[in-house]
Amino acid sequence: MKLYCLSGHPTLPCNVLKFKSTTIMLDCGLDMTSTLNFLPLPLVQSPRLSNLPGWSLKDGNVFLDKELKECSGHVFVDSVPEFCLPETELIDLSTVDVILISNYHCMMALPYITEHTGFTGTVYATEPTVQIGRLLMEELVNFIERVPKAQSASVWKNKDVQRLLPSPLKDAVEVSTWRRCYSMQEVNSALSKIQLVGYSQKIELFGAVQVTPLSSGYALGSSNWIIQSHYEKVSYVSGSSLLTTHPQPMDQASLKNSDVLVLTGLTQIPTANPDGMVGEFFSNLALTVRNGGNVLVPCYPSGVIYDLLECLYQYIDSAGLSSIPFYFLSPVANSSLEFSQIFAEWLCHNKQAKVYLPEPPFPHAELIQTNKLKHYPSIHGDFSNDFRQPCVVFTGHPSLRFGDVVHFMELWGKSSLNTVIFTEPDFSYLEALAPYQPLAMKCIYCPIDTRLNFIQVSKLLKEVQPLHVVCPEQYTQPPPTQAHRMDLMIDCQPPPMSYRRAEVLALPFKRRYEKIEIMPELADSLVPMEIKPGISLATVSAVLHTKDNKHVLQPPPRPAPPAGGKKRKRVNDDIPDCKVLKPLLSGSIPVEQFVQTLEKHGFSDIKVEDTSKGHIVLLQEAETLIQIEEDSTHIICDNDEMLRVRLRDLVLKFLQKF
Amino acid sequence: MDPECSRLLPALCAALADPGQPVADDTCLEKLLDWFKSITEAGSSLQLLRDSPCLVELLLQVPQAPGLSPRVLAFALRLAGLLAAQEACFQFLQQGELLPGLFGEAGPLGGAAWTAPTVRSGWIQGLRSLAQHPGALPFLAELGALDTVVALQGDSSLFVASAAGQLLAHILGLALGGQAEGPPGPPVCDWPASAQAVVGHLEEALSSPAAPRVTQALHVLTTTLGHCHRPWTQVLWARLSPLVARLLEKDPVPAAHSLVDLLLSVARSPALSSDRGWWETAAWALGHLRPAHAGPLALGLLTLQDCPQALSAQAFAVLLQPLACVLKATAQAPAPPGWPARPEGDPAAATLLSSRSACVGLLCQTLAHLELLQPLPQRPAPWPQAPLLGAALTVLRFCNGSAVPAPGSDVGSRLCAVLAGCARVQRAALSLLGALSEDAGPPELVTQVFAVLLDYLRSPDSSPTVLKKAFQATLQWLLSTPTPPGGCAPDPPAQPFLGELLPVLQRRLCSPCWEVRDSSLEFLTQLAGHWAGHAGFRHALLASEVPELARQLLQDPESYVRASAVTAVGQLASRGLHAGPERPGGPQKGALPELLGVLAADPEGFPRRAAMQVFTRWLRAGHAEAAADPERFVAGVLRAAGRDLDWEVRAQGLELGRAFLERVLGRAGPPCPYAVAAPEPAAPEPAAQALRAACRVRLPEFALRALFDCDRPVAREACALLLLLRDQAAPGHGLPEAGPAAAPVEAALQRWRAGEQAQLLGPLEPEAVLAVLRSLDLEGLRGALAESSDHVERNPQSLLQDMLATAGLRGDNEADCY
Repeated sequence: MKLYCLSGHPTLPCNVLKFKSTTIMLDCGLDMTSTLNFLPLPLVQSPRLSNLPGWSLKDGNVFLDKELKECSGHVFVDSVPEFCLPETELIDLSTVDVILISNYHCMMALPYITEHTGFTGTVYATEPTVQIGRLLMEELVNFIERVPKAQSASVWKNKDVQRLLPSPLKDAVEVSTWRRCYSMQEVNSALSKIQLVGYSQKIELFGAVQVTPLSSGYALGSSNWIIQSHYEKVSYVSGSSLLTTHPQPMDQASLKNSDVLVLTGLTQIPTANPDGMVGEFFSNLALTVRNGGNVLVPCYPSGVIYDLLECLYQYIDSAGLSSIPFYFLSPVANSSLEFSQIFAEWLCHNKQAKVYLPEPPFPHAELIQTNKLKHYPSIHGDFSNDFRQPCVVFTGHPSLRFGDVVHFMELWGKSSLNTVIFTEPDFSYLEALAPYQPLAMKCIYCPIDTRLNFIQVSKLLKEVQPLHVVCPEQYTQPPPTQAHRMDLMIDCQPPPMSYRRAEVLALPFKRRYEKIEIMPELADSLVPMEIKPGISLATVSAVLHTKDNKHVLQPPPRPAPPAGGKKRKRVNDDIPDCKVLKPLLSGSIPVEQFVQTLEKHGFSDIKVEDTSKGHIVLLQEAETLIQIEEDSTHIICDNDEMLRVRLRDLVLKFLQKF
Repeated sequence: MDPECSRLLPALCAALADPGQPVADDTCLEKLLDWFKSITEAGSSLQLLRDSPCLVELLLQVPQAPGLSPRVLAFALRLAGLLAAQEACFQFLQQGELLPGLFGEAGPLGGAAWTAPTVRSGWIQGLRSLAQHPGALPFLAELGALDTVVALQGDSSLFVASAAGQLLAHILGLALGGQAEGPPGPPVCDWPASAQAVVGHLEEALSSPAAPRVTQALHVLTTTLGHCHRPWTQVLWARLSPLVARLLEKDPVPAAHSLVDLLLSVARSPALSSDRGWWETAAWALGHLRPAHAGPLALGLLTLQDCPQALSAQAFAVLLQPLACVLKATAQAPAPPGWPARPEGDPAAATLLSSRSACVGLLCQTLAHLELLQPLPQRPAPWPQAPLLGAALTVLRFCNGSAVPAPGSDVGSRLCAVLAGCARVQRAALSLLGALSEDAGPPELVTQVFAVLLDYLRSPDSSPTVLKKAFQATLQWLLSTPTPPGGCAPDPPAQPFLGELLPVLQRRLCSPCWEVRDSSLEFLTQLAGHWAGHAGFRHALLASEVPELARQLLQDPESYVRASAVTAVGQLASRGLHAGPERPGGPQKGALPELLGVLAADPEGFPRRAAMQVFTRWLRAGHAEAAADPERFVAGVLRAAGRDLDWEVRAQGLELGRAFLERVLGRAGPPCPYAVAAPEPAAPEPAAQALRAACRVRLPEFALRALFDCDRPVAREACALLLLLRDQAAPGHGLPEAGPAAAPVEAALQRWRAGEQAQLLGPLEPEAVLAVLRSLDLEGLRGALAESSDHVERNPQSLLQDMLATAGLRGDNEADCY
């Protein structure tokens, strides 16, 4: 059993598990942090961005000044943003049989895998995952395609050139594999390969293994996966949460008794408690708005935004914010808000109960009804007519490199009355802000990450008790900025096995058993013999038939009737055409009694040596030795067949035959 | 006993002795016992029995009545004990063989009724009351009661077990009560038999391997030595202390908690603590008990007035040990002077390294102990202020993850993992930090204190309770910071701290969590109260959003927050910090209309009460908004308060009226030194003018109406106010006839008395008020109102009637059935 690790990002995993005869890809997350090296794509022509000076080498060489621009001491690539794909060389991805998706954030690389690697398998995911994943992809494609950029920079990627660049460009990994965004056509084609599944549904893969999604409590439709055969169980935990937010709670019990637990997608900000951060978010929001400033919240169109809107609903009146407009801008804003209301069965109990009242499960419906929350596909069109300030704007993309957020950063960045509040933990907020410097607006970092923290992981592992834990290497040491926080790493026994990008792990357990079925007629013919109380044995002569990874013992075929001669037919009628069976032996040889028997039979000068596996009985006179081990007995004597047979018969007296 | 009670008692006794009658509840039986107790305390029990033979009858019948309720049985046992407490009565009851019948084998003891804990408890309490005179001892011995009491120490009911222990201690004290004064007393072998029996039992239990038995013996011993300081206790301690010392040698020490209690009880006994051997035992105990138990012992020893120097040093070292481990976990530097030097490998470090709960428990206990010790005059000197500050700060840093453990320190990495985000330890450490502000600290440490406090106030992860503690500690440190004369600006490090504090406070006032908003407002109120005189602070506060945010919180959806906002706005306004002249363009409205708005319209009581308190404070302090036109101010407030449904608001209205009267009568205190444009104190006016002023603000009408308020405290306050008004306005007058001017008032009073409070009364003329005041029997009313509301129901006669009525209920029901 092997694990191929194709992504180095612990929360955007992409691993391939080879288990029995199947090749299973676990998630295909897309690392978008590469886009931070690119200049933002402004929706409206930005004189500031278009007039940035080109970057030149120290020696004054300006051959890169078309590709690289300088802004406040940082260098950015002036090109269509590109993404860092999962490793494609480590394993032939056309051999992948299935892809299991755990949540909508972890499927963003799907089109790259299904459309460009010869993949012919099936993708499994829950319905909300697919629908919201589609929205995220649609938004991404829309953000990038609506700002066409003629230029595509490639010179800087040359290894010799990259060496000359300043950090972080110099240190960017695998830049040659970075790719531009996929198209909507590719998205549709990729999504068409998905087969929908429900929680606890058992899916047979070629009869060899069974995969089952379990609720993981992190997002709508998010799942952990159980991959099991008859005798082995692998759990894949990715992006789980124990907090009471909108999704169905995490199913922990089903993870018990795993041989291997692959653990990914823990919180990215282990020191920030989500409740405290929500409090911080609202305090800063209220403070800014009361001072007449605007608040910008760069966010994804689904996920934490639902919880934030729910808190907002409770808070809006008490904080005296009823008159402040809240805008949600995204090409998929409407679909996201609508979709969230129709996936009742995937929601937590409280929200499910509301559906029967009947009420919308999320209160943002009421916010929209009362005109407190308004949503638009983009800043163009209706929005520009309705826009009032001060206001609060939720919009993408959290990287601040594309999407409507770029426009608001340009618009509001110059005033210290305004605030940008970062809630998504996927991007470093300082790096995200770099191309907007110098910036007067206030920046608040309130990352809200509801995924498991290390205390919760340690409780989970105690509860679930897997034999082995496998996790990204980042989880096996404290974060580099807080090297003393030994509590911010996975602490379990035995210590977890860690992996990094482009590594292949041999998982530490051997498969020992395989289930074989016996056909009823064959079972009928068996005559078990009790050799010990409770243990019976029978010899089986059969044909092992293997198809679709199912093994069946069938009665041996009757021999073809001989060409003629009735005489022989009778003889062979019931006896298969095989050699006369030697009796099978069982039991163990008690050394002391054996020595006594030898003495009784006239052997003298017997010496017994203990070995690591058993005993050696030395007959010194006869220059013969008898090795008695757990599963074998050897009589070694030179050219004295008589002696050997005598000794063999003595040995056999201690064994049972059948 | 009055004749009516004597008449009712036989019937009640008969009802109680009848198993078929329903029994009055426990409360009635308790009240009945209280009544008998008051009778026996006032006179002779024997006489009581002679006057009421039904009681003897009851006591005789109870043991024989099968199926009697356990409550009545327990009552009878306790009553018998109460009566037999007097020796004469005891003899009388003994003659009738009544006591053995109740307390002996013939009684409930050992029978079916014994399974009820109430009965066992009644038996013990009866004996406890009975054992007041030496004659009781042979009786107890005859009964063989001692063995039963010893057995009851392990009773499943904690009340019974505890009472049994106390009875044993009492028996010992009673047996030795007759011993001659002056040491040394006779040896134990010369003690009375019952005392010897108790001592024998204690010896046996202290040597027992069973921890519960040891605990019971220690409890008895603690009770005995804690309450009695006679010379015989020295003999007892001399006899038992070797056994106690042997307990201390065991590992682990059994019943350590009770042992600590015993040691402290001995330490506080002047008869015993003079013994040199005892101090050695205490020193040994300090060294051998686990830190969780050694801590309370150390604290107890340190609070003693006369603890020997060496022992107190040892105790203090034990107390400091966990914090020494904490300091050592982050620093390589040697231990500071006066501080335990080698914390490695000691029991405190082992506890910190063991389970999470043990680690947290020990730290919280240590921090709490030091907080208790800090203000005591007998605390160790020199007080290690700097290391303690350092340790409290280190604990707080471990809790927020900013402490860096010393390389290779096991305790450090353990604390890092255990304390991160632990609110319990955070609260304890912040409390200690606040308490430590009473002493000065080295400037660099004080700077760190402010830095850590700011971290906590700023951190989104601070829970509301932790934040409240952080606010309290901050205030304590700010108050302790020396301010230069002239009051322009506080010293560093408080000055830069204040600059950073206000933005944090601003954010906290916007918190979605109401507890946070509430404690932020409380903090703001106190901060403004103490710092309003400093120009730097005033400037910073007025330049910030804080006053405006406080004003906005008057509209908060949570009533507690609105109440705190009212107090805060009131405080800011009285200090000239509310919407001051430094805020150009803003509305220049004062706080008065807003707070009057709260009083008139807030749906909850808390904010309205807070508003009334602010108004009273304003009037007393001569705040500009009240002093500009006090009559208009008071009239406006009283108008709003008079209609209020909350009695506290109405009572506060009377308080405001009193403040107004005192003011016009010339008793007003000095105006507030911070008040903007402090007015001249009103000139004392003659009483007549005061009455006229009171009439103008319609105070008499308010008070007269309140006199018949359905809530007694309001009526009482009104009565006191009217008395003040009458005594001032018409001193020395008797009770003349009411004149014609008073007629409509009299009529209104009649209506109010009848409960028609909605009826209004027009403005009153001073003459009419005077006439009414004279005609009213205010003194009589005051006496009636001073009685508690149940004074009628509390007399014994009513009790007996109630109980009889309960007993009679059943008969009525039966009749109804037919």
